[in-house]
Amino acid sequence: MSPFGQPNGLVIELKNVDKVYGTGGAATHALRGIDLAIDRGEFVAVMGPSGSGKSTCMNILGCLDTPTSGTYLFQGVDVGRLSRNQRALLRRHALGFVFQGFNLLNRTSALENVELPLIYRGAPAGERRARAGQALAAVGLTGREAHTPGELSGGQQQRVAIARAIVTDPAILFADEPTGNLDSAMSLEIMALLTGLNAERGITIIMVTHEPDMARFAKRIVNFRDGRIEQAGHAKEMVG
Amino acid sequence: MIGSVLLLALQAIRRNVLRSSLTILGIVIGVAAVITMVTIGGGATAKVTADVSSLGSNLVDVRPGQGPRPGGASETAAMFKIEDAEAIAREISGVAAVAPAASQTMQAIVGSANWSTTVTGSTNEYFRVRNWQLASGRQFTEGELRGGGAQCILGATVRTKLFGNQDPLGASVRLQKLSCQVIGVLAAKGQSSFGMDQDDTVLVPLRMLQRRVAGNVEVSMISVSARDGVSVDKVQRDIEQLLRERRRITLGKDDDFHVRSMQQLVSTLAGTTQVLTALLGAVGAVSLLVGGIGIMNIMLVSVTERTREIGIRLAIGALEREVLLQFLVEAVVLSSFGGVIGILLGLGAAAAGTVVLEVPFVFNPTIVAVAFAFSALVGIVFGYFPARQAARLDPIEALRHE
Repeated sequence: MSPFGQPNGLVIELKNVDKVYGTGGAATHALRGIDLAIDRGEFVAVMGPSGSGKSTCMNILGCLDTPTSGTYLFQGVDVGRLSRNQRALLRRHALGFVFQGFNLLNRTSALENVELPLIYRGAPAGERRARAGQALAAVGLTGREAHTPGELSGGQQQRVAIARAIVTDPAILFADEPTGNLDSAMSLEIMALLTGLNAERGITIIMVTHEPDMARFAKRIVNFRDGRIEQAGHAKEMVG
Repeated sequence: MIGSVLLLALQAIRRNVLRSSLTILGIVIGVAAVITMVTIGGGATAKVTADVSSLGSNLVDVRPGQGPRPGGASETAAMFKIEDAEAIAREISGVAAVAPAASQTMQAIVGSANWSTTVTGSTNEYFRVRNWQLASGRQFTEGELRGGGAQCILGATVRTKLFGNQDPLGASVRLQKLSCQVIGVLAAKGQSSFGMDQDDTVLVPLRMLQRRVAGNVEVSMISVSARDGVSVDKVQRDIEQLLRERRRITLGKDDDFHVRSMQQLVSTLAGTTQVLTALLGAVGAVSLLVGGIGIMNIMLVSVTERTREIGIRLAIGALEREVLLQFLVEAVVLSSFGGVIGILLGLGAAAAGTVVLEVPFVFNPTIVAVAFAFSALVGIVFGYFPARQAARLDPIEALRHE
């Protein structure tokens, strides 16, 4: 498990978080007083129209950005006080990312793509290969280790990306529109995979999506509008 | 961390073989140019030095006049006499041999064969002082030298021009109106570094040249060889002192003769070729610099093109300095790889060049090490800026980059 691992309790806590871009008259409030708490093992879908602040919030949650004011506690650590390098180390050891555009390295085999985070962790070659192989097996891609992204379908590429995100056993998996570039059959496969990882491995998942069909797989939905959380609640109740 | 960064850099290079090889082309050409130029230049220096030493490294030449100097007035100094040479042999310690000599350009004729050559009159000391070996025949006898006999010894070129493949020993050669008997043939020395054919010569007894050709008793050059282990500089100074006295040059007046040692000549010539080598090397260094700029250019393009990749790396937890190091290592690996290829190419080209130019191949490990170090340095210097660009990218922006 990750060095930040605690069996239960809050993983993420946003307290009155503001994010302002620009200064003076040109200042844009992307987030206005966000309060959000996420427990270990949750599967949260973040929804909202574009410009609602959901991407900004995800960037802050993913430790890629810092709040202008307010506090973001990640497993009790105040991320706003961390340096760029400390946040990079936090991402390396505790977070996994899946993006809409897959973002795999071109001309690089699936196995090498999945190994990448382990290289940054300094894992020895043998361990890297074994763990990357296991991660690819977990997403159902055994036998495709040597394929490059160009030789894989969109759904398979996204599964490689998920394998890369989970190979380090992260505390949280961030998925930014993971099905945005996929047709519905493949989308369902990916959602089944994410649900399985959440249920079986207890990986906390935070997923941004604009598709209610996909949000339905989450246990909880957070809706953004104009930089505020408009509505938060149980997935079943909200998208019916 | 170094190990993993090296791994990442090698993966990145392998991912784009064609561009990587084009990137290093500039470095390859630059390093190859430096290595080729400097190696051939070194060979030329070695050849010049060897050529001059073949004249006799302990050799000191004394000639009338102030010698070659810029803007010098025309020479009207008196020639030497045989007695001057005898005085040098008698009065200066550390002298192994003294050969007075006089030369004239003359027409040498055998039957219908006709060749214009330099006829030098001297003594048997001349062989020793000037490092001449006999290929066949004998030196002059005492009697021939004293009596100014009509005997001659041919240089290899003259022998070939006049006699072809026939044995010249005992035959007679007409030097203008004089008929001379060939008593020996000199071993070939080949071309000197000044481009002169040293074998295009005929030796005769000094007195014969003076009496029967020139009609005087002048000696136009005295060649002296210092004994081994004796300071050539000291011998040179002593000769100057002695000749000033003999020629009655008062204090404060310039010499009306000049004494030049081969060691001086060697260092002058070696200096000249070294300057040339340095210039050629500098031309190569400029192309190395251009190669470095090429690397920087490609690395900058590469950073822009790989913005998303850098974003991915940063997002999954690469540190700024790891990204910096990766791009730096990529640049250094590329440039030093280019350096290695350039060194091999350069040595190959130099080996071919030395064969064509007929100079020895002198392997210079220093310049190889310097060229390699310089190519790696080029990678560091020109890779740093693009690497910093990459490391400072904002991961959010980089991931959004199309």
